[in-house]
Amino acid sequence: MKVLVPVKRVIDYNVKVRVKADNTGVDLANVKMSMNPFDEIAVEEAIRLKEAGTATEIVAVSIGVKDATKVLHTALAMGADRAILVEATDDQENDIEPLAVAKILAKVVEEEQPGLVLLGKQAIDNDCNATGQMLAAVLGWAQATFASNVEITPEGATVIREVDGGLQTIKIKTPAIVTVDLRLNEPRYASLPNIMKAKKKPFETKTPSDYGVDVAPRLEVVKVVEPSSRQAGVKVGSVAELVEKLKNEAGVI
Amino acid sequence: MQFGLTEEQEMIVSTVRSFVETEIYPHEADVERTGEVPPELAEAIKAKTIELGFYACNFPESIGGAGLSHLDFALVERELGRGSMALTHFFGRPQNILMACEGEQIERYLLPAVRGERMDALAMTEPDAGSDVRGMKCAARRDGGDWVVNGSKHFISGAEHADFVIVFIATGEEDTPKGPKKKITTFLVDRGTPGFTIREGYRSVSHRGYKNMILEFDDCRLPDAQVLGPVDGGFAVMNEWLYATRITVATMSVGRARRCFDMGLAYAAERKQFGQQIGKFQGVSFQLADMITEIDAADWLTLAAAWRLDQGLPANREIASAKLYASEMLARVTDATLQIYGGMGLMDDFPIERFWRDARVERIWDGTSEIQRHIISRDLLRPLGA
Repeated sequence: MKVLVPVKRVIDYNVKVRVKADNTGVDLANVKMSMNPFDEIAVEEAIRLKEAGTATEIVAVSIGVKDATKVLHTALAMGADRAILVEATDDQENDIEPLAVAKILAKVVEEEQPGLVLLGKQAIDNDCNATGQMLAAVLGWAQATFASNVEITPEGATVIREVDGGLQTIKIKTPAIVTVDLRLNEPRYASLPNIMKAKKKPFETKTPSDYGVDVAPRLEVVKVVEPSSRQAGVKVGSVAELVEKLKNEAGVI
Repeated sequence: MQFGLTEEQEMIVSTVRSFVETEIYPHEADVERTGEVPPELAEAIKAKTIELGFYACNFPESIGGAGLSHLDFALVERELGRGSMALTHFFGRPQNILMACEGEQIERYLLPAVRGERMDALAMTEPDAGSDVRGMKCAARRDGGDWVVNGSKHFISGAEHADFVIVFIATGEEDTPKGPKKKITTFLVDRGTPGFTIREGYRSVSHRGYKNMILEFDDCRLPDAQVLGPVDGGFAVMNEWLYATRITVATMSVGRARRCFDMGLAYAAERKQFGQQIGKFQGVSFQLADMITEIDAADWLTLAAAWRLDQGLPANREIASAKLYASEMLARVTDATLQIYGGMGLMDDFPIERFWRDARVERIWDGTSEIQRHIISRDLLRPLGA
């Protein structure tokens, strides 16, 4: 079974994000960019499936700016077999929307015919949490989101999902889309031999027009602002005072 | 001229950095408190390093290393420098002097060291022979076909965990224009050799857990097969290979300085006094400006020295400059960071006091600052006949 792993180049999770002064977005100039951490978990899961003999080939794909090449090389260094870059924009401020990404991925899926698409449940930059679901809808495939365990079975896959207040186990038929959650696995380090081999692995570069997909934005970002800062707390002298404040000031009891 | 890292180098840096942050940082406080590295932790670090293909990455591919260039290896060690030396010791980087192994020595020492099966240490310093290496008293005399060694070595880092030690030993005297000087031979000495003892050394303020050991030789008998390189050729062997330890000190100083600086920078942006962040006071902000300038300067100086080695250019003076400047920069950066932290910087709740203590030895070991200045100035003046 071939596994397709879409990976996104996002602002590194260690970077303290700053909103631009004109409130049009966040500052990406001279900021470290990395692979979306959830996608890293997806790559790791694909490699584990390959090591277990379930997956035969891992294809990583990224849609965005040319510099996403680095993110794909990271996937190759971790253990993906080949990579496809869809150069959809030359401006890193231009975040390709989930629907356009899903449409391109659907075309890649048509060409590659994977048995499974593994991807992060969301990207940590825009937190849309939509690409996987949209891809499943475009393809008409089964989907399992927020996976914390994936088991490939003769009939398809059994996926444990993290839902509010517990875990839900579902069975899906393959081919399928699985979006992965934080606790699925811990991604490995790239080994030194794999780092050295990464750039020698097959690498294709495409454009959205190769797939006949229009990536023009459908959404308009009106304003981006910092979260409001938390107000300082107050110290109370006694339980009685606390109860009094909860009753009369906070109005919660 | 090109100053950027290649993508491979970027990946090497990010892999080693996350390794250090994930596998080393969480254990540092315990090692600092106990002065010991639990054997199972040491084995785990070693096993992970081997699995990642980073063990002995400074050795050529033909013998099982990763064949990294001097520059690539400097980047690896720079990131390792962020972490506790007691722990990063097990991210094994055997002494490159082992490349001088010949014949059976290759199977017995070089290859097992590269595979991580046997660990090595290097022994030169004696109580009465520090910078003055040729003043060493530990001596070997011929007896039958063997060598019989008597004397001691101290400050031997890594010997605690070493399966064998590369030891420089006096094997006679020669007359030089500056009077009689010791002839030196390099020996490979296995732990457990009769007459050879490895024991605990002193308690150092720098690098707790990375112990300095004492080696004692009491009529220790060594056959010719234990001689590394030519008999009486120890000084040449030293000059050919020991440059590497000076680059190690320089790169690790840069890595540790950056870790320390980042903490100082964050603290300056957070800590408030007189109603504002202390980073807004010029006394602190200008200090930070000087610190990062010196760190970058040391970084480039060190990488450029490693690059020169890769290009086959003379690099002795440049390496000495890098070791000198980086180690002294680290002293200033750790001291300044501690000052930014104020009293809290001295408390062991933060690693700043440790960085400050650890920094002190970098100006002493692997050639003191004075020896580096000697090397640099001789390189400049000797051609002028001065």
